[in-house]
Amino acid sequence: MAAPRLIPRSIRRSNNFYLESRYVLPIVSQARHVTKPAYEGHIPLNWAENAFMAVGSAVMSLLDPRRGDMIAALGETTAGNSLYHLREQMLESPEGRKILRERPRVNTDTVDMEKLSALPEGTFGRAYTNWLERCGVTPDTREPVHYIDDPELAYVIQRYRECHDFYHALCNLPVNVESELALKWFEFVHFGLPMAGLGAVFGPLRLNAEKRERLFREYIPWALRCGSTAKPLITVYWEERWEQNIVDMKQELGIWDPPPAVWSKALKESQKAKEKRQARMPDSASIKS
Amino acid sequence: MVKEVFSSVASKYDVMNDAMSMGVHRLWKDEFVSLLKPGSTRVGKVTRCIDVAGGTGDIALRILDYAREKKADRDLVVDLVDINPEMLKEGQKRFRKTMYHGTPQVAFHVGNAQELGQERFPDNTYDIYTIAFGIRNCTDIPAVLREAHRVLKPGGVFACLEFSKVTQPALASMYESYSFSVIPLLGTIMAGDRASYQYLVESIRRFPSQEDFSRMISDAGFEVGEPEDGGAWRNLWGGISAIHTGVKVA
Repeated sequence: MAAPRLIPRSIRRSNNFYLESRYVLPIVSQARHVTKPAYEGHIPLNWAENAFMAVGSAVMSLLDPRRGDMIAALGETTAGNSLYHLREQMLESPEGRKILRERPRVNTDTVDMEKLSALPEGTFGRAYTNWLERCGVTPDTREPVHYIDDPELAYVIQRYRECHDFYHALCNLPVNVESELALKWFEFVHFGLPMAGLGAVFGPLRLNAEKRERLFREYIPWALRCGSTAKPLITVYWEERWEQNIVDMKQELGIWDPPPAVWSKALKESQKAKEKRQARMPDSASIKS
Repeated sequence: MVKEVFSSVASKYDVMNDAMSMGVHRLWKDEFVSLLKPGSTRVGKVTRCIDVAGGTGDIALRILDYAREKKADRDLVVDLVDINPEMLKEGQKRFRKTMYHGTPQVAFHVGNAQELGQERFPDNTYDIYTIAFGIRNCTDIPAVLREAHRVLKPGGVFACLEFSKVTQPALASMYESYSFSVIPLLGTIMAGDRASYQYLVESIRRFPSQEDFSRMISDAGFEVGEPEDGGAWRNLWGGISAIHTGVKVA
């Protein structure tokens, strides 16, 4: 995209990049009309279509929160300048630069679930698979990116989306609504994505009074404090840290546990994925049993 | 491909029509049926109608209601034909909410407009043949018109309601940007299916103009009016949609 070259180097290097870039880059240029798709699944939108999509996906996400594609669309159409900020964070760290070069993806094809569940307890990889099993989810349900024009920024938002479950595992939070909202508050403070803010503000409207009170009393203070002091999580190359001890990792990243959560019944996705895997590879299944 | 598109849109078809046209499609369909004046005031005369690509039953229901309310006609019969079983199921569901369910006045058939079949749809059977927003999805339009000509009685009426060409330039460009920007996005938002609605707007654009289509109708053996608005066709809302009529020569 042409836009970053318009920013003077002094501003790009400053700590307040995000604040200053708001005045330098009009939001409209982010969604300038592009005629040819820049990557697979890319749907170029002009500013009017982008606005329409933002409003429409917001309404639909509230009406039917199970529409993951609408939540994803809302995130992309409202991203604005926040993705430039995240990319800058990645460019400033060696680990982040490696991620941008290699563009790792997180799904059951790229992540070896069998290997991770065989790791010793206390490692990040093992904690991740334990969490996936306990909640009954898999890393395969993320919608691909459609509405970001720059392919690298499209990757950044895809990476943010795919790493969401790692934050769950790291903070030891289940997938119920209160925990998702606690994490949305954390993400808003930490990543600065407008969508996280929208979810954080409007999400609690769907909770009953008791849960909402608990959210505000216990989780949000944790999210605000932890989110603002943690090391930039978008720069963490999770796939190279499977064997790292999780306590050490949390200390390195500046994350501590939120108040204990209420764990409900597991969802069925993980069980179904496990059965599918075992059907594909009968040998490993017999080893396990 | 057409069948798959309509399987995926079937359950939300009526809601999407309302959203995309902002309810205007109802006015168009009302006008379409009023123009036909189906039914007879003579008690016992059976008017046989066939509604092709009738899907969810918008036209069939309006025909039955018009005959009942305006002509006190309870003998009129509608055969509702559609290539897609899911759309027919939605139609049957809708008819279960009406007084016509369980009566001989409506019957549902799976069938291909291009080849209705001699056994179930013999020659010279129907007084009125209607096809609303269906013909543009057919790959062989002349075949549909020939079948329509075959199953109609001499003197029977062919009527088609379909999206057409907007001639007025300012309206045309607004309509174009609405179609290509808003409609696929509405499909994405409401139905989670951009591809089907992209197909919809492209099929509208591909459809022949009013003059060309009325010539095709005339070539199939129908008697049509003058090649102008108000003759062989009637434009609705500046040509966004149009009603084409023809009579089978006796």
